Amino acid sequence: MPFIPHTDDDEREMLAAIGAPSIEALFDEIPPALRVQSLDELPTGLSEFEVLQLMAARARADGRPLCFLGAGAYEHHIPAAVWSTITRGEFYSAYTPYQAEASQGTLQSIYEYQSMMASLTGMQVSNASLYDGATAVAEGCLMAVRANRRSKSARILLPRSLHPHYRAVALTMALNQGLIFDTVPYARDCGHLDLDALTAHDGQDFTALVIQQPNFFGVIEEVDALTDWAHAREALVIAVVNPISLALLKPPGEWGAKGADIVVGEGQPLGCPLSSGGPYFGFMTTRMQHVRQMPGRIVGATVDVDGRPGFSLTLQAREQHIRRAKATSNICTNQGLLMMAGTLYLALMGAEGLERVAAASMARTAELVAALTVLPGVRRMFARPTFHEAVLALDRPVAPVLAALAQRGIQGGLDLADFYPELGPALLLCATETKNGADIAAYASALTEALRPARAA
Amino acid sequence: MSLALRERLIFEYSRPGRGARGQWPEAPARSALDALPDGLRRQRRPLLPEVSELDALRHYTRLSQLNFSIDTHFYPLGSCTMKYNPRACNAAALMPEFLGRHPLAPVAQGQGFLACMYELQEMLKAVTGMRGVALSPLAGAHGEFAGVAMIRAYHRARDDLERDEIIVPQAAHGTNPATATMCGCVAREVAVGADGDADLEALRAAVGPKTAGIMLTNPSTLGVFERRIEEVARIVHQAGGLLYYDGANLNAILGKVRPGDMGFDVIHMNLHKTFSTPHGGGGPGAGAVGVSARLLPFLPLPIVAREPAAERGAEAPQYRWLGERDLPQSIGRLTSFGGNAGVLLRAYVYMRMLGREGMRRVAEYATLNANYLSARLQQVGFEAAYPQRRASHEFIITLKRAEQDYGVTAMDVAKRLLDLGFHAPTTYFPMLISECLLIEPTETESKQTLDAFVNAMAQILREAREDPEQLHGAPHTLPVRRLDDVRAARELNLVYREPAT
Repeated sequence: MPFIPHTDDDEREMLAAIGAPSIEALFDEIPPALRVQSLDELPTGLSEFEVLQLMAARARADGRPLCFLGAGAYEHHIPAAVWSTITRGEFYSAYTPYQAEASQGTLQSIYEYQSMMASLTGMQVSNASLYDGATAVAEGCLMAVRANRRSKSARILLPRSLHPHYRAVALTMALNQGLIFDTVPYARDCGHLDLDALTAHDGQDFTALVIQQPNFFGVIEEVDALTDWAHAREALVIAVVNPISLALLKPPGEWGAKGADIVVGEGQPLGCPLSSGGPYFGFMTTRMQHVRQMPGRIVGATVDVDGRPGFSLTLQAREQHIRRAKATSNICTNQGLLMMAGTLYLALMGAEGLERVAAASMARTAELVAALTVLPGVRRMFARPTFHEAVLALDRPVAPVLAALAQRGIQGGLDLADFYPELGPALLLCATETKNGADIAAYASALTEALRPARAA
Repeated sequence: MSLALRERLIFEYSRPGRGARGQWPEAPARSALDALPDGLRRQRRPLLPEVSELDALRHYTRLSQLNFSIDTHFYPLGSCTMKYNPRACNAAALMPEFLGRHPLAPVAQGQGFLACMYELQEMLKAVTGMRGVALSPLAGAHGEFAGVAMIRAYHRARDDLERDEIIVPQAAHGTNPATATMCGCVAREVAVGADGDADLEALRAAVGPKTAGIMLTNPSTLGVFERRIEEVARIVHQAGGLLYYDGANLNAILGKVRPGDMGFDVIHMNLHKTFSTPHGGGGPGAGAVGVSARLLPFLPLPIVAREPAAERGAEAPQYRWLGERDLPQSIGRLTSFGGNAGVLLRAYVYMRMLGREGMRRVAEYATLNANYLSARLQQVGFEAAYPQRRASHEFIITLKRAEQDYGVTAMDVAKRLLDLGFHAPTTYFPMLISECLLIEPTETESKQTLDAFVNAMAQILREAREDPEQLHGAPHTLPVRRLDDVRAARELNLVYREPAT
């Protein structure tokens, strides 16, 4: 019996203590008609050896292609110490730190994480993480509606250049609560969010403007002007940022004259493997004045009855287990272990290491774009500066080109045809510090090959 | 006096110019940053530690040692199913190909991964009796959100627009009413009968043309099986509402009874409970949802589909993600990508190891352990909240007598247990039982561990009589004693600040 330690003697003695004739008798309150007849659809059990063999075969089938995909999930080097530490049983197999005295390790780590994220984003407070980048954006929108009491409209301006999945999740999560989302177009030539595009909303009551920096296309936005524009209209600014980029880019707390109000994003680049989309973690930071509107766990420093410093979950009156129907969110579990990965990652990188990762990623992407845009039929889509992603325009449909690259072991990027058909054939790609000159040359040569046959035809 | 186990903050190890340089990439030429507009550059470095790899490793290893965990302690936290997390599950999920796979990678380069996801969906369907499963919700509460959103979408699709009330029993998890609110519904609480089952009269009075659905946990949060569940289902369905199954207690009935057979229309499963993926100090979880036929069109995206070999002229079946085009009535997307894949892989491995025989045994031995522990604790003088009922996989002890007689509270008992080397059970939930402990031993604990727990509890009861101060002051042997929560909330200190120099 996998994972069940009972011996026959144990079982006999336990049933005797209960006064039940059999284990089956313990289920006698369940109406017989409801009892499961057969579980034949389930396979029979495998040994550990067998299951690991199966998994190894499936993993091998998926291979390890050279990956130039970004679009919200980024391949960075993860120091070995990160996962060897967080998979220690004391972190891995603990639960939410309800018993503070028996959870000081997790609680102090969260406090350190909150400190790092607040400083990285230039804000005053952070929560202990949310599920992922997309849900963090949705929670940010809901929070803005609670925090901005001057606005009655619950209307949020969402740029079309925000990650399309984030827009979709915001809709799923907030529509039932009556939020209204207005899509703001991007500038067709430069890919950025132009102030002119916002003028349509002048004079309108709206609650918040979402600004993604860099945006989904990798384009760097004029965040100061955008922030000031929103603040001048008594709207809040929700910043959606890549944490690695903040080593180089102005933190949201310093955007415009007053800074962004709520900062959210995907924490995956900080020590979390790509892992087909999760587990990652979402982060959220804000100003102290909004802390009671923030969803999720928050850890505070305090003292024990002897005056010794310690940490505990605080401001729990916002949460579902206390406030029930009036809670700020239904969230309880967050992404504790991934938040730990982020904390370890930031501790090992420090500000200088993080700058190097950001700068190297930016440089690699620039090299990649330069190497590819010399090919005929390939050019940059947008004229503005980018961080570590860029959109290329091709002279033919992207999907067959990507398929040809895949044949050569290269994941060449994301075809934007489904998300942004108005762009024509467009390819979003990314190179991080994990790609070297040889990798970039391999991409360029594979793309040359991939473009050749169609040209000849 | 306890040991001074305080570990400094990571920031306090910081020395300017120190760093884990072996982990950093080489800095590119400064000109690489020329493209960044001046006005948009960061001026001041963030406050991050400057420490060596050893500093960081030692610090977080020490911090880990301040935690209780399943790997180090019996952790009978009711409603949380803190069972052993098998290491094979972790080993498989950490295979480099799985870790390195990008979420937007073409399906052709993910057939191995997608096969696991498809089979996981199928196994979850089989073991819950539901018709369709989506794996994307990232936690139990996220699955609850998906479930209630589907209930709303169902009524809306039928032009039944008035239904915005979600009925929850008084004893429900806090996430249930909070989820109702997040879905734009009104939570309406109904009373529970004295025997722990639903009060059917109260339920009949509560349902009506505004009822969107009811959220139930079965076995309930009171640790007993809702015996008249078929009648509950009839009442709610006849009123036009749907039934939501909160899967927090699925461990109790795995392989014995299926929510689908009880009449539930939608369920969420906590894979981090029933299917033994690690709790990670508060996540990640995975809150897969299952639905009956009538909710199939509304499942959240994405879902993995299998196309048989014959249809495509291919040699092997092909797996792919279903999207908006395949499920136009879906409630939509809930996650950045396809869900907590690493958690799902762990659950998949666990289920494959259990197999069909193993599933049933989970419920059998979880129930055996709970009933044994309940019987033994009553023998040594504790009072069960529902002594006339069978325990499910968990049960409630009420300390209201100890409170009256010795002034000892459930919190005192919980804290004293920590001193004696046991994680505390869930305290003060469900709220309708005063001074309660909700105890869930799980099937992976041995009789010897349970006996040791009983001995510890017996000692605590003795201390309550003879030396209640010992309990009020507990814990005595942990890194900290009871913390000042009022001060934590009043004098908010949520981030480290560099001392002024």
